[in-house]
Amino acid sequence: MRTKLGYAAGLAVLAASTIGFAGPSGGSISGKVTYEGTPARQKPIDMSKEPGCASQHPTPITTETVVVGPGNTLANVVVYVSAGAPDDATPPGQAVTITQKGCQYLPHVVPMVVNQELKVVNADSNSHNIHPLAKINHEWNKSQPPGTPPFSEKFDKPEFIPVKCNIHPWMHGEFAVLKNSHYAVSGGDGGFTLPNLPPGKYTLTAWHEAYGEQTQEVTISGSETKTVSFVFKAKPY
Amino acid sequence: MRTNNLTRLLMVVTTLLVAPVLASPQQMESHIGKVTGHSESGKQLFYRYCWGCHGFRGDGNGENWLAPGSWLEPYLNIQPRNFVAATFKCRSTPTGNLPTDQDLYNSLVRGFVNSAMPSWITLTEQNRADLVAFIKTFSARWKNDKPGDPINVPPEPKLSADSIKHGQELFQKLECWKCHGQEGRGDGPSASTLTDSNDQPIRPYNFAVGSRFKCGATNQDLYKIFMTGLDGTPMPSFADVIKPEDAWDLVHFLRTLQVTHKSPELTLWGSTKEGAAQIASRKISGTPTGSGIKQ
Repeated sequence: MRTKLGYAAGLAVLAASTIGFAGPSGGSISGKVTYEGTPARQKPIDMSKEPGCASQHPTPITTETVVVGPGNTLANVVVYVSAGAPDDATPPGQAVTITQKGCQYLPHVVPMVVNQELKVVNADSNSHNIHPLAKINHEWNKSQPPGTPPFSEKFDKPEFIPVKCNIHPWMHGEFAVLKNSHYAVSGGDGGFTLPNLPPGKYTLTAWHEAYGEQTQEVTISGSETKTVSFVFKAKPY
Repeated sequence: MRTNNLTRLLMVVTTLLVAPVLASPQQMESHIGKVTGHSESGKQLFYRYCWGCHGFRGDGNGENWLAPGSWLEPYLNIQPRNFVAATFKCRSTPTGNLPTDQDLYNSLVRGFVNSAMPSWITLTEQNRADLVAFIKTFSARWKNDKPGDPINVPPEPKLSADSIKHGQELFQKLECWKCHGQEGRGDGPSASTLTDSNDQPIRPYNFAVGSRFKCGATNQDLYKIFMTGLDGTPMPSFADVIKPEDAWDLVHFLRTLQVTHKSPELTLWGSTKEGAAQIASRKISGTPTGSGIKQ
């Protein structure tokens, strides 16, 4: 009799702990980004002017302006909360990293919060210069020879910043400097998840470097997962 | 044709009516040495001397440079500085920072070689200081950010053949030749694809012709160019990757690339066997723009 009570009590505690604790805040938004229409064909990149990089790509890589997946999914879309959540009072302590490897920016899109540390790494055996073409933030341009240690920078205003290397004109990346940490970048499967959202009314924005921005309103009332999808119109040029 | 008094009056009234509307309402000061400039005085000067190229709004879209996409060809080769964007090439401050008042004043005095920006040495010191103050009213950055601290330019060490040789190694190691070419003629493998931050084609500096740079003519100016970068252009800052003593070696070597300009570096290099062979093999292409202009 007491054992049964013991079991019941134990179960109750276990159940309470799993149901009551849904993370620090509560709900989440997840979904998929797809496109309709025909996206522009991505062109193969000729890296013959930089043999050290060309040798790393026996099959030439293509430009990454539009990266798609099976099922018309769209990658490299930054999905973020543009309204309804407070700005981060202090930036996350962990740095985000952009790596120059094989004369490519990895990852292609680097999201970060305002004033968060950005680490820039040159993993190639040749020089790069990293030149974020900021219009709202300060525009700077730094050389990074091979073998030099990573350096850190930060941006103090929200902005989507194209990044280029002047030495290697095919290199293109994007910095997404955002006001809060509620963001995700869609992968090859077009999928994204924004966890830890307290109850509230949010404006969700999806941004793609070629196809522009779209917004949707999402309301979180508890600890549910809301599903949201974005469909971008692809352009054949 | 003699303008009669009525026409003159109409012209003055129009200027006075139009100019304040276009100019930013905030007032700025500039401090250059002992001179203090005031933007209200600079405004009159700007709308007389500068707006034809730099535009009503100070954004570089003056009628002498027509906006890209216009059905008329632009008259100027290089777009005038956009003061609204507040990104400047010639600074003594690190990349990404605003220039100091002195930097802006120096640019006014020198003009920009190989561009349509003349030397404004014809205006008085006070005029130039007033113009610097007015330029600072075009962008909110001047209110919100302070110009960075000027970089420290250590005294130039004694010139030697070793310094030049080391500079040559740095030129290779830092891959300057990728844009500037092995002989510094601006014909490196990446040169033809270079664009500035407005996506306009731009060429790297050709050391083989002339002696002046965009941002000056002295060794100190050359030092500052690659230690602060030319913001808004493909030329990056090497401040994080060159030690100051190494930077001077690079300056000495770069002078030997300027084969039409007789400098102590070129003379010393030409007196060594290796240097003489190098100089003899250099082709001189392009037009020399002259040297030694005193300010």
